[in-house]
Amino acid sequence: MAESKNKDEAVKATAIKEESKKIDESVKAVSETSEAKEDKEATKTDAKKEKESGIEPQEVAIYKQVKNITFSVLGPTMIKDIASAKIVTPELYDKEGYPVDGGLMDIRLGVIDPGLRCKTCGSKLKECIGHFGYIELARPIIHVKFVSVIVALLKASCRDCGRILIPKNKIEKYKEMLDSLDKEKGVEEKRVKIRGIIASLKTVAKCPHCNAKQKKISLEKPTTFIEEDKRISPIEIRARLEKIPDDDVQLFGIVAPKVRPEWMVLTLLPIPPVTMRPSITLESGERSEDDLTHKLGDIVRINQRLFENINAGAPEIIVEDLWDLLQYHITTYFDNAIAQLPPARHRSGQPLKTLTERIKSKEGRIRHNLAGKRTNFCARTVISPDPMLELNEVGVPNVIAMKLTVPERVNSWNINYLKKFVERGPKKHPGANYIIRPDGKKKKITDETKEASLEEIQPGYTVERHLMDGDIAIFNRQPSLHRMSMMCHRVKVLPGKTLRLNPAVCHPYNADFDGDEMNLHIPQTEEARVEAEILMEVQTQLISLRYGLSIIGCVQDALSGNYLLTKGMSMSRNEAIDLLAAIGVEDFSRLPRKEIVDGKEIFSVLIPEDFSFVGKTKTNEEVVIKNGKLIEGFMDRSNLGEGSGLLLRNIHQKYKKDFTIQLLGKIFRLGIEVLLRRGFTCAVSDTDLPEIARIKVQETLDNAKNDVNNLINDFKEGKMEALPGRDIEETVEVRILEILNKARNDTGEVIANFADKNSHTMIMAQSGARGNLLNLAQMAACVGQQAMRGKRIEKGFEGRTLSAYKKFDLGPDARGFISNRFKTGLTPTEFFFGAMTGRDSLMDTALRTPKSGYLYRRLANAMQDLNVGYDGTVRDSSHKIIQFEYGEDRMDVSKSEKGAINVKRIISMVI
Amino acid sequence: MKTKFKVDKHILIPKHSKLSDSQKEKLLEKYNISMNELPRILKTDAAISSLEPKPNDIIKIARKSPTAGEAFFYRVVVDV
Repeated sequence: MAESKNKDEAVKATAIKEESKKIDESVKAVSETSEAKEDKEATKTDAKKEKESGIEPQEVAIYKQVKNITFSVLGPTMIKDIASAKIVTPELYDKEGYPVDGGLMDIRLGVIDPGLRCKTCGSKLKECIGHFGYIELARPIIHVKFVSVIVALLKASCRDCGRILIPKNKIEKYKEMLDSLDKEKGVEEKRVKIRGIIASLKTVAKCPHCNAKQKKISLEKPTTFIEEDKRISPIEIRARLEKIPDDDVQLFGIVAPKVRPEWMVLTLLPIPPVTMRPSITLESGERSEDDLTHKLGDIVRINQRLFENINAGAPEIIVEDLWDLLQYHITTYFDNAIAQLPPARHRSGQPLKTLTERIKSKEGRIRHNLAGKRTNFCARTVISPDPMLELNEVGVPNVIAMKLTVPERVNSWNINYLKKFVERGPKKHPGANYIIRPDGKKKKITDETKEASLEEIQPGYTVERHLMDGDIAIFNRQPSLHRMSMMCHRVKVLPGKTLRLNPAVCHPYNADFDGDEMNLHIPQTEEARVEAEILMEVQTQLISLRYGLSIIGCVQDALSGNYLLTKGMSMSRNEAIDLLAAIGVEDFSRLPRKEIVDGKEIFSVLIPEDFSFVGKTKTNEEVVIKNGKLIEGFMDRSNLGEGSGLLLRNIHQKYKKDFTIQLLGKIFRLGIEVLLRRGFTCAVSDTDLPEIARIKVQETLDNAKNDVNNLINDFKEGKMEALPGRDIEETVEVRILEILNKARNDTGEVIANFADKNSHTMIMAQSGARGNLLNLAQMAACVGQQAMRGKRIEKGFEGRTLSAYKKFDLGPDARGFISNRFKTGLTPTEFFFGAMTGRDSLMDTALRTPKSGYLYRRLANAMQDLNVGYDGTVRDSSHKIIQFEYGEDRMDVSKSEKGAINVKRIISMVI
Repeated sequence: MKTKFKVDKHILIPKHSKLSDSQKEKLLEKYNISMNELPRILKTDAAISSLEPKPNDIIKIARKSPTAGEAFFYRVVVDV
């Protein structure tokens, strides 16, 4: 029976409705389906019937389409309609602790105590969502949040006849204007216009409809209205608002009769359901009520007193005092942070958190609860590097591993396995923290309950066991700008207190170890784990979808190590085997059988036998790999580095992700292992120069200084000719800068020629691990010109940079040229110039980071729901075309090599 | 009256042209769309003033593209 009726309702519900009445019906239909499900008998028979007619009962779905949403003001009739109880007494509970009928905790407003049933809907705790109630106010009360609207309405309408203060013949014209504005430019523009109209009506002295004289109305904040030194009571205000006809109300931007202005003066106050202001039971058994309940209690109490006083015919002053008090309470009930009112406080003195405070600001409902979601089963600590981990592993401290759990369902096959976890309990590492009974009850495992739990456990139970090696976790570092900012790793439980990751995966996370913290999430369902593994694991993210190259590569020591190894290192075969064994290679058959093997041969062991590759090094030398052997060239950043070179890209193309990540891990460790055995360090002696070099550097600098001085002399004598588009002063500047920059570059070249190629600083620069020639030149030869905004330093004192120089000195030293090197040290003035540019660039980066971050965020938000269709078009969520061909060339960059498709390579591979 | 400056002849304005009815049909079929799913262009847009556009015309824009050399975009003319 219920089912067939339900079907009817469902059909009705499919049709789109606007009126609330009909929506009510469909809501009823929904609740009826759930009832029907509970009633097993009914569903069974109904299911038979349904099957006969060929319809599965589960398929009955109710679709509703929201056509529009209207925001309006609750009127008294509506308040009464939605209310299921009238509140008359400030008492909460009777002597037995049972909620009082007609009190603020009335069980018709919903239940918050376990065991009780809601009197309105009959459901239990957590099922009943709560119901509104209302109180009847003894006197009308102004709603603070509508004060500004009330002011506008009073000022722009006649105090006598209630019409808007616009002459009859013009009203139509204004209406038309507002309508067209609404259509063409939107509501915002319309609101601005309305504000303008209302402001212009303030000065109207006589009503154009009934000729009544208008008086000046002012607002005494927050809720008192004054008309020519006389207070207007809320009763009077309400009466005036009532008088404004529906037609005129439109001109204020209010849609009558859906909203009537007099509703902004309250006669009834809705009481929110108890479920949104639950009381908490303290440990002492005492009840502590919610702030809102306290406030509502005050309101109800004062309201009762006001009623009694009015009925007893108390003097007007007493009534008015109580009235004002009620106004205060209701005002603070809505908003407890109004400037002119002292905030209502607890007995302890801390201000109450009422309706507005609940919604507003960072800790409010919207930003804290709705926009800010939080999860369980996650961890966060400082990160540190561990190159001995695989790239797709994450080191988890054992303290964390014993807090985070993975639920495992008990069945007859794993029961003994899982019992061992329970046996070890919560304090020994691979143990368990909870068991969950089939009915969903969670039981904590302690030393006392361990035995009982062990007895109790049987198929159907779930054990929440500790995190173990090989479990799946999602690792994340904010800001999560990328999809690579959240990747799936395998857990490796380790001693220590930091989360550990392979330094090679720092790049996609943009992490370093100067105190960075990262988050770890443990997926709790089988589906989530599979999804994380397939879609998010590190190896699936190898190729950047931004430029089609590997974003994970070797860094730092791993680069230097491989560079040294492949660029002419050799060792005995035994040493080589030792080295390879240390990085996890077990098959040495590919290592040539001879006494001494060279580095290239060792490196080649890692590369698959059928792999061939031709590429370039950083210095444009050829790298040839033929049939898995490195024949020519050496490894450096342009082949092994992150986001560069095609070596990794091609290996990925041919051998797929899992092999690539394995190989990358091995190459990485090989580099480090080489350095470990060889020794690697930076020394001050790396910046030592042979005598000739020092002389050459000095010469270059002296020459440059001479040239500059000559140039300045020419300028002072007026012999200078201006460059096109510049005046003479600018010309000198440009030419001086030219000479000095050239001088610095020349010294750099001297360094490049004379510096010891085998010094470790040079090795780092050449392999691309860290630093460059310029850094070395600054240490060994000359720091060079300090520039701010592309110019030599010129500000400071009048006509000079520092008081150490003469005015208008244009010489190199006086304008920030540092001819010393870092090794010997700088003169005080040089140091000061260096500090100036240092500070400038520091400020620049500090200011630019948040700016570009916000820029990116806006871009990402604007484009977040665009997608590429199967036909190659880029469309938005309503299938409108944004771009006819994705990227205009339809290229999937993640399947390309650096944004291009290498046709030659493909052909050579095919042939 | 001197010759007026013509925006559509400017070097930075990509070439706009009007689609014929058959081309229009072909386009809509190719992308399996109705006119509503196309991006729009104002009837009064200076770049198409010489094409005498009417609402529901489709304008083809040939833009230079750093990735594809030349890329075509289509926009439907709308009134105001």
